[in-house]
Amino acid sequence: MAVDISRFRQVFLDESRENLQAMEQGLLKLEQGGGATAEDINTIFRAAHSIKGGAGTFGFAEIGEVTHLLETLLDQMRSAKREVTSGAVTVLLQSVDVVRGMLDAGEKERANDAQAVAALTEALQHILGSAPAAAAARPVEAPAKPATQGWRIRFAPHAHLLRSGNEPGRIFRELARMGSLKVEADLARLPALPQCEPESVYLSWTLSLEGAATREQVADVFAWVEGDCDLAIEPIAPAAAEPKPAEARTAAPVPAAAETAEAVVDKPAADKPAEKGGKAADKATAERAAESSSIRVSVEKVDSLINLVGELVITEAMLKQISGLLDGAELDPALAEKLLNGIAQLDRNTRDLQDAVMSVRMLPMDFAFSRFPRVVRDLAAKLGKKVRLRTEGEQTELDKGVIEKIVDPLNHLVRNSLDHGLETPEDRRKAGKDETGTITLRAAHQGGNVVIEVADDGRGLSRDKILATAEKRGLPVREDMTDEEVWQFIFMPGFSTADKVTDVSGRGVGMDVVKRNIVELGGQVDIESEVGEGTTITIRLPLTLAILDGMSVRVGDEIFIIPLNFVVESLQPAVKDVKTVTGRGRVVKVRDEYLTLVPMHELYGVGAEVPRPQEAIVVILEAEGRKLAVLVDELVGQQQVVIKSLDSNYRRVHGVSGATILGDGRVALIVDAGALTRTMSKAA
Amino acid sequence: MSMQTHGTHAHAKHGKGEAQAAAGIANEYLTFTLGEEEYGVDILKVQEIRGYDTVTRIPEAPAFIKGVINLRGTIVPVVDMRIKFHLGKVEYNQFTVMIILNIAKRVVGMVVDGVSDVLALNDEAIRPAPEFGSSIDTRYIRGIGTVDQRMLILMDIERLMSSEEMALMDRAVQ
Amino acid sequence: MRQMVSFTLKQAGFDVTEAEDGKVALEIAQKEKFNLVLADVNMPNMDGISLIRALRGLPDYKFTPLLMLTTESGGDKKAEGKAAGATGWIVKPFNPEQLVATIRRVLG
Repeated sequence: MAVDISRFRQVFLDESRENLQAMEQGLLKLEQGGGATAEDINTIFRAAHSIKGGAGTFGFAEIGEVTHLLETLLDQMRSAKREVTSGAVTVLLQSVDVVRGMLDAGEKERANDAQAVAALTEALQHILGSAPAAAAARPVEAPAKPATQGWRIRFAPHAHLLRSGNEPGRIFRELARMGSLKVEADLARLPALPQCEPESVYLSWTLSLEGAATREQVADVFAWVEGDCDLAIEPIAPAAAEPKPAEARTAAPVPAAAETAEAVVDKPAADKPAEKGGKAADKATAERAAESSSIRVSVEKVDSLINLVGELVITEAMLKQISGLLDGAELDPALAEKLLNGIAQLDRNTRDLQDAVMSVRMLPMDFAFSRFPRVVRDLAAKLGKKVRLRTEGEQTELDKGVIEKIVDPLNHLVRNSLDHGLETPEDRRKAGKDETGTITLRAAHQGGNVVIEVADDGRGLSRDKILATAEKRGLPVREDMTDEEVWQFIFMPGFSTADKVTDVSGRGVGMDVVKRNIVELGGQVDIESEVGEGTTITIRLPLTLAILDGMSVRVGDEIFIIPLNFVVESLQPAVKDVKTVTGRGRVVKVRDEYLTLVPMHELYGVGAEVPRPQEAIVVILEAEGRKLAVLVDELVGQQQVVIKSLDSNYRRVHGVSGATILGDGRVALIVDAGALTRTMSKAA
Repeated sequence: MSMQTHGTHAHAKHGKGEAQAAAGIANEYLTFTLGEEEYGVDILKVQEIRGYDTVTRIPEAPAFIKGVINLRGTIVPVVDMRIKFHLGKVEYNQFTVMIILNIAKRVVGMVVDGVSDVLALNDEAIRPAPEFGSSIDTRYIRGIGTVDQRMLILMDIERLMSSEEMALMDRAVQ
Repeated sequence: MRQMVSFTLKQAGFDVTEAEDGKVALEIAQKEKFNLVLADVNMPNMDGISLIRALRGLPDYKFTPLLMLTTESGGDKKAEGKAAGATGWIVKPFNPEQLVATIRRVLG
């Protein structure tokens, strides 16, 4: 049977783009000197090699030719026959760009940019034509031994362990969640069968846990059985690393190729080489492991899986609801119990399944962060600034949809920091700072949120400048505004204090878009800034777009879901606190503050007037700095809901951000708190 | 979002259709009643037929948009054609029928008086719609068919449901 | 506290029976077999540790996970609870997710 190879073309294109990204990352790491290992060059080589292989198969001859040259060059570097010069790295980075362009052209069936290809080919041949210099004098550090690869745990429960309700199985399950777990049972204490008491534990175990868990985390799992067992936790000794001498020796940057641009990005080569080497080796091992054990699946498949699981959750909820009615039915009690047990188990499994499926959509932040070393390098060169980029928490996981939407805002923030935040090397020297500025990208989980920070150690925001600009633009300005309020001005459309407009940033388009994009994702942005110290922009995002924590409220026969992060409080108003303001409707007094009070049924034109308003509940919403009190009939509860789009089959509805399906199969609308507070403040 | 096509219409197919299909280009129509009038829609647009469910009302919607329902996890708007075209008696009981349509990659539920039949009609059996004679604007009528002395108004359901007056879609989509 | 725990667990899909004090809890537990018991250390009539001791003595609850809710993060109450037969403890204050996660883990 003939195989239609063109089907795999897209896969080749996708994979090649990923390979290019890997090359780019590796090259940037090489350029930073100190931390690069032979393995890094090897990774770059492998990436180029697999592009070359695929290019041949899918008829991209030119890509094949270019990558062949790349491969030759990289092979020489890999075997330490050629030095890694910063000039060569620059050409290699250019090749990444050119090949990327060729892939795009191939996808759209356009011709390649012949000039760029010719120029690159020449540059590569030029390097290859020059006699390879002898291997460098200074070898790159051999990968340091990683501190710990895991823990060996000797666990010998005392015979009575089960009688405390604890179970070795649970402990193993928890450990298995922290890494890869090997369990070996020791039968030595097992008495002959007739002497066995069924309620006693005779086994003991030796467990090897491989992974990044800390000793505390491991010990925590055993906290409940302390005193009921003998326990020893020891680090697994790392296998002695024996790097092959040839591989460990790669070149140090000797600026031989003077014809290329000078590297402006700072090389903290001498900073802490040993530590860096160790980390890099760790990471390389982890990355290789990840490579070999993953498969490529289309997002549509994952999404349809998520949908189906969503359905399952609802079906299960329905079953549970019906099972609640079994009491009255004439049914064999034993049978009924079996049924109920089955449903309870289904419930647990469904939830686990839901968690597992949701986690498939999660990607590490690295997905977004990885493009920034290149962005920063190129931009720093352009602006004549020295910059060191730090990233922290790259492994923090976030929903794919959120990550994809956060890339542009992040890009903007990083460019802004580089352009406006960081000073020129001279200015920094004058200010007594390190010539090289630092931009830090940091990601971390905080509760149900992911917090991403873009921090620089530059000049900080100028309160006076911002206030002056705000005044010029006719915005409401007061001298007694807090810094926080002042910083908010930079999120206004068209706001820019840049002295001159550059093509990097400074046209005032952007910060408002950044803010809007983040708010649309259900997140928020905060700014902290100190003159002379720098600026930190903090983005707080929900973990996933698909699920939200909601408060369900009843209005007439309808249930509405209010996203919990907009709810300030809910209360039953005293009659005296509800006042009618002529022509303005009602207000409610909440702790010395008068808030516009709107019955939910009026807002949505559904449900009916509450017969006795004093029995209703007031929910105070706060969005975009505005508060609004809405009157509902009843609070039903709090729950996580799966967000469904209303406009995939219908249209957008003002005041509604989506819909969800309740346990009984009915649809409930999700309140768009932002839209409500906006409308009401306009009306007032 | 993926749509699961239901088998309902497949079971409802008539033998008649096959005989005529052999003669020429015959299309199958699901016929339903609205008051005294009998209408037909292209069977290929019909995903399934089901009873009327409790709907969740939607703010700012015209009266004929009853609200939305949960159709196996998808949120689907429901239009009551009887209200829209002032035909028939508007009641909701266990006999109330809803036709689930697949239109422009969207799913819409349509409440009608009753579903009667699946008929196959040759193109020759369809005449252009006259300027008057039905409660529905001729823009949304593909033609008039005659079956066993009965007049069948063939709706251009896709055009109707995507029209601005049905208010089912955002303007940008049209 | 009890309402919060009960609400959270019900939301998480567990079948929850509440008792206003240790005595009532013991009576209920004698009539009906539960998969897990959460006992607040501070309860009127019969405190959580006594309840756990009494439950552990029942044939039906020999191996059942019995967890105590305690504010004391110090070892005293924990040790006392363990001696009485508690499986483990949850230290207050905790957030609902922690509670649900712990219980799911215990129930496997």
